[in-house]
Amino acid sequence: MIRILRARIQQGQRTIAYPAEPPSLPDRFRGRPRLDASRCRDGCNVCTTACPTDALAVVEGSPRLDLGRCLFCGECEAACPAGALSFGSDHRMATRAREDLLVSDATLRLADALEERTRRIFGRSLRLRQVSAGGCNACEADVNVLTTIVFDLSRFGVQFVASPRHADGLLVTGALSRNMELALEKTWAAVPEPRLVIAVGACAISGGPYVDHPEVLNGVGCKLPVDLYVPGCPPHPVTILDGLLRLLGRIDAEGNAAS
Amino acid sequence: MSSGSTPTVLYNGAAIPAAAIPRLPIERWQRAVLDAVASGGRVCAMFGTRGEAGRPLLTAVVARDDAGMLEVAHGEVPEERLPSLAQECPEVHLFEREIAERLGLGLEGHPRPGPVRAAPGAEPVLGPLDFPRVEGAEIHEVAVGPVHAGVIEPGHFRFQCRGERVLQLDIRLGYQHRGVERALLAGPGKRRIHYAETLAGDTSIGHATAYAELLEGLGGTAAPLRAQALRAVALELERLANHTGDLGALAGDVGFLPTAAHCGRLRGEWLNLTAELCGSRFGRGLVRPGGVRFDLEPARVERMIARLDAALRDVASSVELLWATPSVLARFEDVGRIDAMVARQIGLVGLAARASGLARDDRVHHPSGMYRFAHIPLSIWRSGDVFGRAWVRWLEIQRSAAFVREQLAALPRGEVRGEPPRPRASRFCVSLVEGWRGEICHVAMTGAAGELAGYEVVDASFHNWTGLALAMRDQQISDFPLCNKSFDLSYCGFDL
Repeated sequence: MIRILRARIQQGQRTIAYPAEPPSLPDRFRGRPRLDASRCRDGCNVCTTACPTDALAVVEGSPRLDLGRCLFCGECEAACPAGALSFGSDHRMATRAREDLLVSDATLRLADALEERTRRIFGRSLRLRQVSAGGCNACEADVNVLTTIVFDLSRFGVQFVASPRHADGLLVTGALSRNMELALEKTWAAVPEPRLVIAVGACAISGGPYVDHPEVLNGVGCKLPVDLYVPGCPPHPVTILDGLLRLLGRIDAEGNAAS
Repeated sequence: MSSGSTPTVLYNGAAIPAAAIPRLPIERWQRAVLDAVASGGRVCAMFGTRGEAGRPLLTAVVARDDAGMLEVAHGEVPEERLPSLAQECPEVHLFEREIAERLGLGLEGHPRPGPVRAAPGAEPVLGPLDFPRVEGAEIHEVAVGPVHAGVIEPGHFRFQCRGERVLQLDIRLGYQHRGVERALLAGPGKRRIHYAETLAGDTSIGHATAYAELLEGLGGTAAPLRAQALRAVALELERLANHTGDLGALAGDVGFLPTAAHCGRLRGEWLNLTAELCGSRFGRGLVRPGGVRFDLEPARVERMIARLDAALRDVASSVELLWATPSVLARFEDVGRIDAMVARQIGLVGLAARASGLARDDRVHHPSGMYRFAHIPLSIWRSGDVFGRAWVRWLEIQRSAAFVREQLAALPRGEVRGEPPRPRASRFCVSLVEGWRGEICHVAMTGAAGELAGYEVVDASFHNWTGLALAMRDQQISDFPLCNKSFDLSYCGFDL
């Protein structure tokens, strides 16, 4: 018992202050990208060629990045001779609408809170059933991390539950493999209304690296209505947390913690 | 040794001309596999492709750990059927099912035929499944999954029980099947490294390194030494993160919350060290054929060493609580036991094999990259139970941390990235990397123009899921989560 207490004291208090304080991220972290079309040269397409998932397209002479397909590998940034594209240190990237993930400049419309009625129901207590459906398990790992003492998700009233019947929504990872299609359908059918769908990671949003493989359905959006998109491959845990808190109205548009 | 009649010898990461591999009639090929296994070899990879005129062509890669070498031979199947070796040589049972599934061959005499991951266009895995059933008045069946109670990957477990006692566990996977092995060959070339990094997301460095070393082997080149050292640092950080997380989860499964809580955070410390190196907690974007994309400047090295020391100190104080707590040891000991003989028969690899007393570690027996110059001791325990698998993790945490510290303190000078390798024509190469679970085996062949003509992936999980099924025999069904976590196998790395 003394040993346990001694170890406990040595380990110290480790829960991060987010969202009251900004998270501490490594300097090489590849967060929200910024595009500057004014630097682009006519007819240049080295970034689109470098992109492994064709997340980048040149639309009317300007590059456009689909965050929902982006693996945040940074190959485009490395390839661009003009510095028109860079991955910054901003972890905030979750959106409510699929089209909001299309980025062509330095702006991004972050997720709004749920509509008043659903927010009243879920704002202080949200129970999620996680469904893993055809990914690489990295998203699952960094979702799981939210329940550790570092992020302590339950202090916001958010918990993962074992049964979909006890859940207010699904948090889906993976490109939605055909082999998981029926299981996802059945799990969804067991969640009582009103209910949410949260797509975490490039796979769940677009199919990710597996986009257009015959073995997958290019993400959960092909099957269920998605309420929150969290881009990344995988998203940093604090990106997922930020998205959840915005959805619940626990962070306002300015990024301040709301009561 | 005359070519044409006996398997050809090759070494980890060194390509040989594809024409040097003998093609044996199926009976001779199977005899060669049986002889190799009987004399201490183990099967790393066994797969089937369609050769000339659509005829099935089998390939077996056997490791001779004691001699540090590999052997390879092709087997020619004259008809659309494959007589099974699994009765005599249980470690090939899943390989044979995979061959039958992919090529559509009839499998004869296999003790437990069935799907592996279900090929594209096949019926969904979750259908009316004909699991072997135990009959009797007091027998009941428990079905779990594919959607599990926690935040984990999908798989289906079918238990045949008598009361609380598990008589038989059958594991059906394939739910994460996303065509990634197929696409490594057929998909866009610029996506290959990302396929490698996502074969098993918690083993991104392991699989990306296996892929990079394979291409370098096919090209006859090597990454700069400094890059090899950084890959090894990242691979050991991956091991540290997963071993630490698993010890925490094992503590959680027996209700010992102090270690569970601390290790949940400490796993993140190792991941964050990897992010310090390359920006990604999972090492995404670090390993590339020809080298690595990120270098370490002296100030960053110093920072990483300081953080490594702090993390190791905290892990030690937390993990040592496990060994000092009788109620934890009582729940770890004698649960989920696999003895050395069974481990050998089913071809167990990695930490699970080492916990059952088998000296199997590719860093030692088939070293590549930095492991050729910097040696890491084998961590072995003999009990084969949950305690053994936990204890070997702790031993390896200490060895890996010392290794990373040593590498960081004396990184070779020079570049970190050379020219991407250009695979030579008509070559065959095997790349083995000791990932944190165990052996990662990538095999590739090139065609007449140096293009990839075949690509196979065997994650450690492919060998070790059978170990979990056997470890559960005669155990309490309530011990399943504990046994499962003690192996902590990959679903996506199996499903591909």
